[in-house]
Amino acid sequence: MVGRLALAAGLLAGLAHAGAAEPPRRVLSMNLCTDQLAMLLAAPGQLVSVSWLAQDPASSPMAAAARRLPANHASAEEVFLMRPDLVLAGAYTAPDTLRLLQRLDVPVAVFPIENDIAGIRANIARMGKVLGREAQAQAMIADFDADLAALRVDAPGPRPRAALYAANGYTSGSDSLGGQIIALAGFDNLADEMGIRTTGNIPLEVLMLARPDLVIRDRPARGHSRAEELLDHPGLRALAGGGTRMLGAGPEWVCGTPHVLRAVAELRAARQRIGAGK
Amino acid sequence: MSGKAQPLILALLALLVAALFLVSVLTGPARLGVGESLTALFSGGQDMLALVMREIRLPRAILGLLVGAALGMSGAVLQGFLRNPLAEPGLIGTSASAALGAVLAIHTGLAAAWPLGLPLSALAGAFISVALIVALAGPRGGALALILAGITVSALAGAATSLVLNLSPNPFAASEIVFWMMGSLADRSMLHVWIAAPFIAAGALLLWPTRRALNALTLGEDAAATSGIHLGRLRLMLVLGIALMIGGATAVAGSVGFVGLVVPHVLRRAVGANPARLVPASALGGAAVVLAADIAVRLLMPERDLKLGVLTALVGAPFFLHLVLKTRREGL
Repeated sequence: MVGRLALAAGLLAGLAHAGAAEPPRRVLSMNLCTDQLAMLLAAPGQLVSVSWLAQDPASSPMAAAARRLPANHASAEEVFLMRPDLVLAGAYTAPDTLRLLQRLDVPVAVFPIENDIAGIRANIARMGKVLGREAQAQAMIADFDADLAALRVDAPGPRPRAALYAANGYTSGSDSLGGQIIALAGFDNLADEMGIRTTGNIPLEVLMLARPDLVIRDRPARGHSRAEELLDHPGLRALAGGGTRMLGAGPEWVCGTPHVLRAVAELRAARQRIGAGK
Repeated sequence: MSGKAQPLILALLALLVAALFLVSVLTGPARLGVGESLTALFSGGQDMLALVMREIRLPRAILGLLVGAALGMSGAVLQGFLRNPLAEPGLIGTSASAALGAVLAIHTGLAAAWPLGLPLSALAGAFISVALIVALAGPRGGALALILAGITVSALAGAATSLVLNLSPNPFAASEIVFWMMGSLADRSMLHVWIAAPFIAAGALLLWPTRRALNALTLGEDAAATSGIHLGRLRLMLVLGIALMIGGATAVAGSVGFVGLVVPHVLRRAVGANPARLVPASALGGAAVVLAADIAVRLLMPERDLKLGVLTALVGAPFFLHLVLKTRREGL
């Protein structure tokens, strides 16, 4: 972790040194989340490539826009050969790849994971700065805040309980982006009850016995896996039969961008239905 | 030991299996009381506790029993037929080949389109590998030929399984190589019981009548042939029976190694080194071992889905080395 932070600091120093005066002209993004922020903020023609994940509608809410750009697969050689003058990466990008790019004198900006609304705002502002599009970033933050305020008008009534449920029983507590979406929509999070603040796993039988009002299931990816078979388990169907509502989590749950507000709105609508049903 | 001890051994093993089955049903991350769990299991009600017992705990225990019995019985029959103490479905590549068949069925979409596709494809994989091993290292092949052929088949099937899973577009598929190599009963449902049970039962029915032949074979193939054993037919029943059992078990639980090796060895002396009696004893013993291992993985690491094969290999691999040394000393 310390190594990664030191690396990020070094990369940022290199970036500042490379010339803060002139905005980059060939920007390449190699991370699903920086892909989206860059597509939202970059000047026409400024962004030359996004990661292949951004083109997959299962994980990217901007797949259609991403398909208009060449894709990269986050390998150092491929990225270097595209001759970018700025590379955007996420905290989970392989550190060896970043180190290699740094040795090749490619400026890299590493963006942290957004775990809450403040993190989303900070990353939008930062993206505006590194792309030389500060004005657009400020406008986007203002829009985001206005939309958020409109959603925050609190509906009266008790807070129903919701749980995120992904492959292998993976769930997210309040100190994660998914948990923040749940809290903003006016739900209590089952993961918090279980003592899971960030991320962890809830065994299916524990979920069944806890009987939350809403289970937000990850939508299965293409292909097949045993990990995702759990989302089809008869136990979950029994839970749905017992009155728990089921909702599918779309790609807007993955990254901290203004798109998360769509997830919040969908969840709030579900909450109103639960309130009406009671 | 005399023949009279036989029913006693079987009764004790059956009692052990029943006790472990009960403990398995009572083990889980939701810490439920013994009384309320059992009441919920047998009440047949529709409340959530009854559903947890019926949809999660019960299928897991049944699969532990079935998979263990399949591994133990196959091991005993293989060792008897090949007259080789190192024979075992895991070591000779049958489990790995069954896993390859299962993975192919799942990732080509066959299993989703047609539920029988999964166990049938695993059965095909297992059948090809057992037939190959019996042909390459039949009763006259010796221990070395058997193990070398087994290593080759295992390595090839394992590599092909990894290839299929790496080619899958699913982000979780590649990490499931571990499941297919090490086996697990986590999060299985009654659907998996219905997939595996008919195949394992059919395999057991085919292997059961071979017991007399296994006894006759201890005197050598010629002696067995003169006592009316049709070797060709025996070989076919045996290969098909083992393929059915291992195919059914592996399709739902992955490959669990060493059970078929260790269990017959531990029980051999107790049944008077009689291959026929070893078959039912090993089926019960295998069920006990897999049920116990599956209880242990849930108690040791409740949050982590520790794989069954990790535990069975930790016990089984040193045992295997011990057997290799013993086999060398005896000059087999």
